[in-house]
Amino acid sequence: MSETTTAEIADKPGVHPAADEQDRANRKASSIEMQGLHKRFGRDTVALDGVDLDIRAGEFFTLLGPSGCGKTTLLRILAGLEEPDDGSLVVGGKNVTEVPPHRRSVNTVFQSYALFPHLSVRENLAFGLKMRGMPAAERHVKVDEIADFIKLGDLVDRHVDQLSGGQRQRIALARALICEPDVLLLDEPLSALDAGLRSQLQVELLRVQRRLGMTFVFVTHDQQEAMVMSDRIAVLNGGTIQQVGAPREVYERPVNAFVARFMGHDNLYPISTRQGGRLTTALGTLTAEDPGDGELLLIRPETLDLLPGKVEGDNHLTAKVAERLYRGSHAEFRLEIGDTTLQATVNNRGRHLPEIGETVTVAVAPEDLVTLHE
Amino acid sequence: MSYSGAVPTARSRAMVRETRHLLFTVAPGAFWIFIFLVLPSAYLMGVAFMTNGPYGLPQMPLSLDAFERLAGVGFLGWSPGNLYTLLRSLWQTLVSTVLVVIVAYPVAYYITTCREKWRPVLLLLVVVPSWTNQVIRAFGWMNLLAPETPLSSLAESIGLVAPNMGLYPSNFAVTLGLVYNFLPFMVLPLYAAFEKLDTAQVQAAQDLYASPVRAFWHAVFPQTLPGLLAGTVLVAIPAFGMYVIPELLGGGKGMMLGNLVANQFAGSSNWPLGAAGAILMLIATFIGLFAMRRIGKRLGGGEEVVI
Repeated sequence: MSETTTAEIADKPGVHPAADEQDRANRKASSIEMQGLHKRFGRDTVALDGVDLDIRAGEFFTLLGPSGCGKTTLLRILAGLEEPDDGSLVVGGKNVTEVPPHRRSVNTVFQSYALFPHLSVRENLAFGLKMRGMPAAERHVKVDEIADFIKLGDLVDRHVDQLSGGQRQRIALARALICEPDVLLLDEPLSALDAGLRSQLQVELLRVQRRLGMTFVFVTHDQQEAMVMSDRIAVLNGGTIQQVGAPREVYERPVNAFVARFMGHDNLYPISTRQGGRLTTALGTLTAEDPGDGELLLIRPETLDLLPGKVEGDNHLTAKVAERLYRGSHAEFRLEIGDTTLQATVNNRGRHLPEIGETVTVAVAPEDLVTLHE
Repeated sequence: MSYSGAVPTARSRAMVRETRHLLFTVAPGAFWIFIFLVLPSAYLMGVAFMTNGPYGLPQMPLSLDAFERLAGVGFLGWSPGNLYTLLRSLWQTLVSTVLVVIVAYPVAYYITTCREKWRPVLLLLVVVPSWTNQVIRAFGWMNLLAPETPLSSLAESIGLVAPNMGLYPSNFAVTLGLVYNFLPFMVLPLYAAFEKLDTAQVQAAQDLYASPVRAFWHAVFPQTLPGLLAGTVLVAIPAFGMYVIPELLGGGKGMMLGNLVANQFAGSSNWPLGAAGAILMLIATFIGLFAMRRIGKRLGGGEEVVI
C-alpha cells in the first residue's frame, strides 16, 4: 500500500513528499446530503423548490442548468452565503444548515474570482489561513507549497491587477485550496475565459481534483464542460433536480425532454401509436429494443448511418439532405423526411459525404432508440 | 559633422514648436495664479514681518512683533487667548472630522446598497443643502438652537446645558455647524470608494473564515481608505480655516483661528498680526496634508493616495 502511495506522490509536484500525504488528502473528502431544500427570493421568485441530493466523498460533482435554474443558489447555500427557507444540509456527517460561512470547512472559487485588490497575491493566498489564526511563518510555507502545486511560479510576488484572467482564476483556485477544505465549491470558474484557455484549465482543474481526492462541487451552464469534468451531473431546471447521473447516463438516457434538449438533443418526436417495440412518429415506424415507456422518441444524431440512395430495410428511412455543415472530423446534416426534420452527425472517415439535395437512407439500430417523458 | 550640428534638425524644430505651444497654453493660467495668488501671498508674508502702525496698517521697520503677539505676548505680559484659539481650532477640526466620518460612512455605504436608479437621487439629497449660502444655513441653525426653542428646551430639561443658556451660541453649535456643512465632502468620496467595491469580495472573505466584523476590517475598510483620506482632507482643511460658522454660532467663546485672522483685518485692525495668523494656518495645513500623505502611503500598501 505504501508502495502505491509513494508512486502517486512522485507525480505530485509541490506537495511535500510525506507518505501519508495522499491519505490525509483522502480523509479530507466529505460527502454532502441535501434534503428538501427550499429557497425563495422576494415574494414569487422560487430559486429552489425542494432539492434532495447526495454528493459522494471525493466526487467531482456538477450542477448543470440554464441561468435561473437555481444551481448558483444551491452552491451559495452549500457555502453558507445563502440560508435555505426550509430543508437541511449535512456536510461530512455534520448538519451545517445554520452554520455561518466563516465556520464551514468549505471554500469557494467565485465566478468573478473576488480577489482582494488591496492585497498582494501572497496575501490573497494566505487570507484564509490568517483568518484561521495560522502564524505568519507557517502561512509563508503553505503559500509556497500551494504555489508549487498549482504551478503559479513567480505570480505569487505580483500585484493582483497585473494578472491576466487565467492567472486570476488559478490564484482564486489556489486561495480556496490552500485552506484544505472538506468541499471545494466552484461557481462557473471558467466562464470568463476564452475557449482555448478554458479547455486547458478544465484539464488542469480535473487533475488537481484527482490528485487531492477532494469533493468538488462545480456549477456550469455548459453541458460540454459538465460532461468532460464530472463524475456525476445533476441537471437542474426551475429550482428542481431533473436528473442525476454519470455524464453518459445523462447524455444517452435523458429522463425528460428538458434534459434531452439541454444536453443538446433536437431529434425528439411524439409517438402517435405504439405496438410493442414498434413506434410510429412523424418520421415513420421504427422498431426499438427496450425503448422505455415515454411518449417522446429520442434519436441521437451520432447513432444514425447515412446510406447513399434508397435502400430498403428494417429501420431504414428515406430522406433528403437539406443542409450540410462540414466540421472536419465529422459533418452535421439536416435531413428532411416529409415535413419533419432530423439531425444526423456522421464521422468523416474519408468516404462519400452526401451533398445538399441528395436522397439518402437513414439507418438506425433498434437498441439506440430510447423514449422519454415530456 | 560639425556642419550638420549647426543646422536645426527636424527633431529640435519640433521641440521648439512644442515648447512654444506649452508656453501659450500654460501662460494665461500661470499669469492669473501669479497675479492673484503668488503676489498677494508674498505681500501677506511681507506684512507679517512689519510693524503695526496707526489704524492697524503695516509700517516699517521689519520686526517679529506680529509673531510675538500671535504667541500671546502683549503689553501686559503673556496671555493664553490666542493659544486657546489655536487649540480650539485644532480640536473643533478633529472632533467635527471624526463625527463627519462616523455619520458619512454608513450613509455612503447605504446609498451603494440602494437600487441604481435611486442612487443619484440620494446623492443629490446629500449635496443639495450645500447649494444654499453658508450664512443662511448658519442662521437656520441659530433659529433651531437658540434659547427657548424646542431643541434647547429639551437639552435644558435633561440637564445638558444650564437653564436659559440654549444650545446656541456654544462650541457645540460650532461643531454641529461644521459637521452639517462638510458632510457632503465626506459622503461623495466614500461613496465612490464603496461603489468600486465588489460585494463578492466580502463574501469571499467570509468564505475564507472571516467573521462579518473581520470581513469588514480586512476586505472592506482598506478599500475605502483612499476615499476616507480624500474626504478627511476635503473636510479638515476648510474646517480648520472656517470663519462663518464660528462667527455666527460660536459667540465669544467659540472663536477659531479664521475669526482671529479676520478680526485683525477688520475690527481689531492689526494687519501684521492677521498676516502672521494666516501664515500659521498655512503651515498647519501643509503639515496636515503631509501627514495625510504619509498615512495614505503607509495604509494604502505603498499605493499613492491622490489628495
